[in-house]
Amino acid sequence: MNKYTVAVLVKNHFGVLNRVTSMFRRRQFNISALTVSETESNEYSRITVIFVGDEMNKQQLINQLYKLPDVCFIKELSDDESVIGELVLIKMEIQPECFDAMKKDALSHDGKIMDFTDKAVIFQKTGTSDQIDDFINLMRQYSILEICRTGIVALEKGDDTIRKSIL
Amino acid sequence: MLLSGADIIIKTLIEQGTDLVFGYPGGQILDVYDSLYKYSKEIKHVLTAHEQGAAHAADGYARATGKVGVVIATSGPGATNLVTGIATAHLDSVPLVAITGNVSTSQIGSDSFQEIDITGITLPITKHNYFVASVEELADTVREAFRLAMSGRPGPVLIDVPKDVQVAMCEYEVKPRILPEEKFAAKDIRIQEAAECINKAQRPFIFFGGGIVSGDACDEMLELAEKIDAPLGSTMMGLSALPSHHPRFLGMQGMHGDYASTTAMNNADLIIALGVRFNDRVTGDKLKFAEKANIVHIDIDGSELNKTIYAHHTLRADVKMTLQKLLPLINEAKHPEWNEEIASYKKAGCEHADNRGGMTPKNVILTLNKYIGDNTPVATDVGQHQVWSAQYLKFTGKRQFISSGGLGTMGFGLGAAMGASMGTGKRTVLITGDGSFGMSLNELATLVTYNVPVVILIMNNGVLGMVRQWQTLFFNRHYSNTELCRKTDFVALAKAFGATGEKVNSTAELEDALNNAFYHEGPYVIDCTIDKDELVLPMLPPQGSVDDLITKVGN
Repeated sequence: MNKYTVAVLVKNHFGVLNRVTSMFRRRQFNISALTVSETESNEYSRITVIFVGDEMNKQQLINQLYKLPDVCFIKELSDDESVIGELVLIKMEIQPECFDAMKKDALSHDGKIMDFTDKAVIFQKTGTSDQIDDFINLMRQYSILEICRTGIVALEKGDDTIRKSIL
Repeated sequence: MLLSGADIIIKTLIEQGTDLVFGYPGGQILDVYDSLYKYSKEIKHVLTAHEQGAAHAADGYARATGKVGVVIATSGPGATNLVTGIATAHLDSVPLVAITGNVSTSQIGSDSFQEIDITGITLPITKHNYFVASVEELADTVREAFRLAMSGRPGPVLIDVPKDVQVAMCEYEVKPRILPEEKFAAKDIRIQEAAECINKAQRPFIFFGGGIVSGDACDEMLELAEKIDAPLGSTMMGLSALPSHHPRFLGMQGMHGDYASTTAMNNADLIIALGVRFNDRVTGDKLKFAEKANIVHIDIDGSELNKTIYAHHTLRADVKMTLQKLLPLINEAKHPEWNEEIASYKKAGCEHADNRGGMTPKNVILTLNKYIGDNTPVATDVGQHQVWSAQYLKFTGKRQFISSGGLGTMGFGLGAAMGASMGTGKRTVLITGDGSFGMSLNELATLVTYNVPVVILIMNNGVLGMVRQWQTLFFNRHYSNTELCRKTDFVALAKAFGATGEKVNSTAELEDALNNAFYHEGPYVIDCTIDKDELVLPMLPPQGSVDDLITKVGN
């Protein structure tokens, strides 16, 4: 089983995300993460999918995506040739006895303080999914109040764009 | 010109060449029906007994003519009643445009009377669907729906039009008939690689499906078969792509396929798969399927390539254009040993053949064969009678066999036969069972109203034969809910609907009845008694391989 990152440029229509995710569900594709965002053009939205499976499954996923009329461009993004990242917000309870250690841990792992009150602090951390996992694990030794992750976003390195890929 | 949304729908249908639609009116589609009234000289509407019948009729129309079938229904239950019909068309790649009314946009999402999210419901069973939110986009949406339904691998498209959009006014301008997306052949290098593989084969087998019918590629396929000296076998959807009596044609493949066809495919060293999707009813146990063969798979739908069966050469392209480019690269070959082997399979197949006299299912179909002319459409329902029809009917023309292959929809036949007959203007035959007919016999009313010449042959065994056959073979003869114990008199029923009919108990009586039926003006019901213990053979058990083929049961 491999992990694949697939970027999909879809028409910016109402209900397109539903069409894509409904197809994933009914064909039982193993999607571990999915994000949708606006793009450089208001004609398109961009869906980034993390998919677990073998090569044949991946090809099938791409082929099935191609069949949706709202799908315009698809590109598989490799870890080496792409910038892939996500963002986490993590709200920590302030426990006076270990606050200094927690803050030191967070800041030394590139966490940024986004909100600070007498009872809680919110750290923001960006990085690869693994780095985010590590950051969350690091924070587990303290008291986590809540976590929100964006899911993955990815762009290919260099000047190539998804719109240059041929459907 | 300034027109209402409803008028625009009908004008656009006319503009796209539609002159016959099937449907059923209701509250939220009233404006469209008012436009049908207005334009009734240019477009005919057939009022069915039930929306499902209308959907199957539009499907049968499309299968028999190759044109896009159109069905219209109201919101809520009207729309949900289309669902089985749309799904049937989806699984068999039939070009269909379904138009539904819905409540006004201001009421959408409020669970108002007869409101249903039909675009949500039909998402997995259409190629695409549209909720039209403004009248300005209506005409182009209808055109786009036609384009999508016809393009690539055909299929159904649904357009949901809220009431206020039907009422709103907008400028309409007639546009030329929309064309399907341009077809394309596979890349030269892929064709070259496939040709090399084909030229090396010693035991080639051509396996074709519905794609040869919709892709109109029979001539090219036969040319290839001649050139490489290969036999042909088909899926159920491929039947009637070529004449049944063609000397190279071994018959249908798969769960109830011809012995020679199934065995030849299993022992081939090359399978050239054209417009097929390797459904489980064809492959049985995928791991044991054609283990010795290289597979060259050509299909217009890329998602069918390497979906269930790995193919060594995959070509996502129009099959006709690709074969045209492939043929010059193919060397003429003769495979006498392979053909001798195939002759021996045929002989073995004949030994398994059912040669009994009397009113056997086979003899019923063989009797019917004498009456079926070139291009007589023959529709079926689903079950044992369907497979017997697939096994024994002799086709001479194209698009003759109309059957629900993928979804296996009982109740499909009567509507489909009606649509096929109205689309082609030809007398049509429906072969059905007492179970299937019971699901759709309300459409007899429609056949009578429009005086549609459909010969309805009910193979009446008083049981749900196919399910019962599985109970016989795999469930210790526990006949749970498959014995109908009904007292329906189908001849009296036909008369009650205003049709006519007769009951037959022997092949001689059947001949007489068919003589009457084929000269009768409207629908004619023949209630044909057969034994309830008849089996469809041969049979490949589900997930079985060719080694598990059942050719005889008991003595």
